[in-house]
Amino acid sequence: MTPSRLTIHEATALLRTRALSAQELTRAVLDRIHATDARTRSYLTVCEPEALAQAETADRRLAAGDSIPPLCGIPLAVKDVILTKGIRSTAGSKILEHFVPPYDATVTRLLKAAGAVIIGKVNCDEFAMGSSNENSAFFPSRNPWDLSRVPGGSSGGSATAVAADQALAALGTDTGGSIRLPAAFCGVVGLKPTYGRVSRFGVVAYASSLDQVGPLAKDVLDCALVLQAIAGHDPRDSTSVDRPVPNYQATLTQGVQGLKVGIPQEYFVEGMQPEVETAVHQALAALAALGAQPVSISLPHTEYAIATYYLIATAEASSNLARYDGVKYGYRTAQTGNLMDMYCRTRAHGFGSEVKRRIMLGTYALSAGYYDAYYLKAQKVRTLIRQDFLTAFEACDVIATPVAPTVAFRLGEKTADPLTMYLSDIFTIAVNLAGLPGLSVPCGCDAKGLPIGLQLIGKPFGEDTLLQAAYAYEQATPWHTRKPPL
Amino acid sequence: MRMSREAVQQVALLARLELTPTEETELVAHFDKVLTYMEKLNELPTDGVEPTAHAVEVPAPLRADQVTNHADTEALLQNAPAQEADFFKVPKIID
Repeated sequence: MTPSRLTIHEATALLRTRALSAQELTRAVLDRIHATDARTRSYLTVCEPEALAQAETADRRLAAGDSIPPLCGIPLAVKDVILTKGIRSTAGSKILEHFVPPYDATVTRLLKAAGAVIIGKVNCDEFAMGSSNENSAFFPSRNPWDLSRVPGGSSGGSATAVAADQALAALGTDTGGSIRLPAAFCGVVGLKPTYGRVSRFGVVAYASSLDQVGPLAKDVLDCALVLQAIAGHDPRDSTSVDRPVPNYQATLTQGVQGLKVGIPQEYFVEGMQPEVETAVHQALAALAALGAQPVSISLPHTEYAIATYYLIATAEASSNLARYDGVKYGYRTAQTGNLMDMYCRTRAHGFGSEVKRRIMLGTYALSAGYYDAYYLKAQKVRTLIRQDFLTAFEACDVIATPVAPTVAFRLGEKTADPLTMYLSDIFTIAVNLAGLPGLSVPCGCDAKGLPIGLQLIGKPFGEDTLLQAAYAYEQATPWHTRKPPL
Repeated sequence: MRMSREAVQQVALLARLELTPTEETELVAHFDKVLTYMEKLNELPTDGVEPTAHAVEVPAPLRADQVTNHADTEALLQNAPAQEADFFKVPKIID
């Protein structure tokens, strides 16, 4: 047995029978990081002493035997936009390179309360703005299936860490596809919950009306276990929804008999990699064979989603990122001059080029004379996109689509043209605009062995149904057992 | 061009970003491309459509007006690039 290869549920069984100690498991994962991360570059910060101390605590609780929390002794990675008290949290940006948060994000606090071991902070595109991880101010993470390819973004390090057995699972964030795209590219399961299901308190804000924290895991059950630990109302996030959290594991095995699976014609477009289209159609056939009922649906405003997203997300970003002014925390330029010079130079030197592009577009979209034409217009189209989904869900229970039109692309392939990069999110972005839950589950590979993901989209707060459908599919297919040749 | 160099400079000022001449040139081209793409939205009639600010309707939550400030001033100040006593230090504002 190689402990780092275990899933959460496998490891939990061994930890509870004391066949494996939390310290052995944590050391095994640390060893795996030391052996492989020079190639994958998943981690920005490895919390070795802290993780070993947390594992020791977990072993004491496991030995005591009573009231063992659900993730006791499980080594997890956390995306670096999520604050961890006393542990550097950079958001992938030079402007926060030395930022040490004085408090935990709610999701971090909940993972710790569930007994998890925080093994480290994983790489991401700067401020979660990107689809390939190449916008990290530090270095790009690399896809464990082919190191010349991107892992997807923005939660790229979360996906590479899970795929490469450098963590049992990870937290990511998803504003336009940032959990689902890297999950698909790296062959792991990723879930973006319904907007408001998981607290955003202590998560570095990119686009507040779209951002959501969620798990990336080795299989669907693990994904459910991590979601269970982080879901729920938080008075510190005013957009968090006060609504009971179901027991996701309890309903996981209910199957898909009679489940109506909507298939939107707009998501099977020209220019898709044929192997992706084939794999997704085979997955739909597999779901039908398990008893699901395919239903043809239409989401007519799909083609407007990217334009809508890039106006709303950049407008919100320009406002959220105004806080990085070189005063309260983070980097300040040495060339201060007067106060205005200090602001402008700090931000010029501290932000990377994609972040600057988005701040500029967002500032423009919100500026006097352009607000109605761009920002307000986008918010109205957002209503139409959301209504598309609500109408579609009158005829189906879940919607199934590809996660991305292609498998993982090569590093550098799309960096020259930002708009081409934005189009990578064509199938994931509308889900954020509509605030819905979306899940990516491995559904095959291309001729080179690169993973392909199936996206399942649910009704608001329908995470339980998504997990059920994904679990039924996963258990009937071999894809979750494949490991990258690292 | 949809945006002149001067217009880009004006937005940069609003955004508190000092741009290099190369960045300005790149942004003029970027705005041109992206705003052309955004024009797509004008195909859609949206008169009478309510804007969506948040996908999930949540009433503004109210709470008791109690101070909940972070107690550890020291930890908060530690991240500041310049501080003096219990204050953030900034370049001189008034001559």
